[in-house]
Amino acid sequence: MRLGLVIDLDVCVGCHACAIACKEWNASGTTGPLSDYQPYGAEPSGVWFNRIRHFEMDEYPHNKTINFPMSCMHCEDADCVTVCPTGASYKRAEDGIVLVDQDKCMGCNYCSWACPYGARELDRSSGTMKKCTLCVDRIYDLALPVEERQPSCVLTCPAHARMFGDFDDPDSAVSRAVRERGGFPLMPELNYNPTNTYLPPRRKPVIPIDARPKGGLKESIKQFANKLVRR
Amino acid sequence: MHPAFSVIFFTVASGAGFGLISLLFIADVFKLGGGFSREQLVIGGLIALSLIVFGLVSSTFHLANPKNAWRAMTRFRTSWLSREGVFAIAFMPLALVYLASIWFDAPSWLRETFGFLAAVLAWITVFSTGMIYACLKTIRQWNTPLVPANYLALGYASGSLLLLLGAVYARLDTTPYIAMSALIVSIAAVLKAIYYFWIRSPGLTPTINTATGLTRAKVKLLDAGHTHGTFLTEEFGFQIARRKASLLKIVVFAVGFMLPGLMLVWVFNQNGGPTAALVAVAAGIVGAAVERWLFFAEARHVVNLYHGAQRC
Repeated sequence: MRLGLVIDLDVCVGCHACAIACKEWNASGTTGPLSDYQPYGAEPSGVWFNRIRHFEMDEYPHNKTINFPMSCMHCEDADCVTVCPTGASYKRAEDGIVLVDQDKCMGCNYCSWACPYGARELDRSSGTMKKCTLCVDRIYDLALPVEERQPSCVLTCPAHARMFGDFDDPDSAVSRAVRERGGFPLMPELNYNPTNTYLPPRRKPVIPIDARPKGGLKESIKQFANKLVRR
Repeated sequence: MHPAFSVIFFTVASGAGFGLISLLFIADVFKLGGGFSREQLVIGGLIALSLIVFGLVSSTFHLANPKNAWRAMTRFRTSWLSREGVFAIAFMPLALVYLASIWFDAPSWLRETFGFLAAVLAWITVFSTGMIYACLKTIRQWNTPLVPANYLALGYASGSLLLLLGAVYARLDTTPYIAMSALIVSIAAVLKAIYYFWIRSPGLTPTINTATGLTRAKVKLLDAGHTHGTFLTEEFGFQIARRKASLLKIVVFAVGFMLPGLMLVWVFNQNGGPTAALVAVAAGIVGAAVERWLFFAEARHVVNLYHGAQRC
């Protein structure tokens, strides 16, 4: 099994609900708390597993805003795991989830240096590295109804821009979406082989913005009549 | 990258210590300049060991959770950070046996075998320190074989200047020590110059396009999604003005390489003697510290592509 997320950049509206849901679930989960520093102060900061950036693609009038959620990519070749000197970072053989053992981490930050995606954040209060767990304490919870055994971010997304599934299964929803929509990994040139895959924005018909051509006598009379009539 | 002072102090101090003990072994084997006495060798060795130990201890100050530091020995097979720790600890008993065999006039085969092993371990440890940085694909300024070469050259340059100071105080013939220092300091300067030349051109590196996968048009960041800083901006956001970096490179070459070189000439001409050697050591170590600070300050992590950088 190779569990991961598919994120649809065409659909994401950038509402940050996935980040909030992630924080809500994981603050009390196995790697919680996710400490906040000065949450109501002048310089609010804190630990998040999921961050949403906003990019603009191309230039006016062809520009488009792309909302860009990012969390751990659960890479196949995860350098964050190999550089870890204590063995706190590990990748599970059974499902490919990359985790940090909070009891072993010494807080040297080295794994965060090795991660190109900024997925790892040090928690100042515990002095340990924290990261997305793919809600490992939720997706296998037999006490939950089957449809709720998914990461919090996926369940909460109001736009259905996030999908969770097994990339090793060619017929899973995530594999099909990647195949049909031309999904791509981020920074493939670094050869980390990230599991999480992004779906590109769709090509849409361009809405003409030029002034409409004059329509002749009939059109002029219509426009004149429209100006006269008070609605 | 944010330059952490504990790591700068650690790499400079332990590099000088490992360099000093390796070169002390060479001076001992070949009896350079008439050869140090038994006491002088042991004092020199203990100075080297204390530099290494102070360095290792200060390196734990940048850990957020130092109670787990002992676990850092466990991932020898994959992690250069782990390897560095293991080699540094394996080096200690070898160096202590070497110093003890000097002190107790042990047979020369024992003394030379352990001295050689300690010198090799010292070399491997400094190489591992460099590889901690050089193995990261995320920072192009570090991901080059010049990094371990620079770490070794600068460590040995500081060590050779310390050894020269010892030779001056021990009233030995300083010529072989001056020659050794001059050679190592100039190799270090040349390697550093190649490094600074090399990192000027970006080469094939990730861009904001490959980082977002949006490769068919210009991409720019509209909003990073946080109101104040994050762990990522604190750790990786550090940026140094190009003009300041250039100025510091001049400082590295003037203080770290030129001034020690000039002092070598002074020592050779019998002017100044101990003072000149002392200035050479101080300048060499200050230069190495500035170099190390700049090494961190100039490194740009690819995560900056998600915080507004166009390429790293």
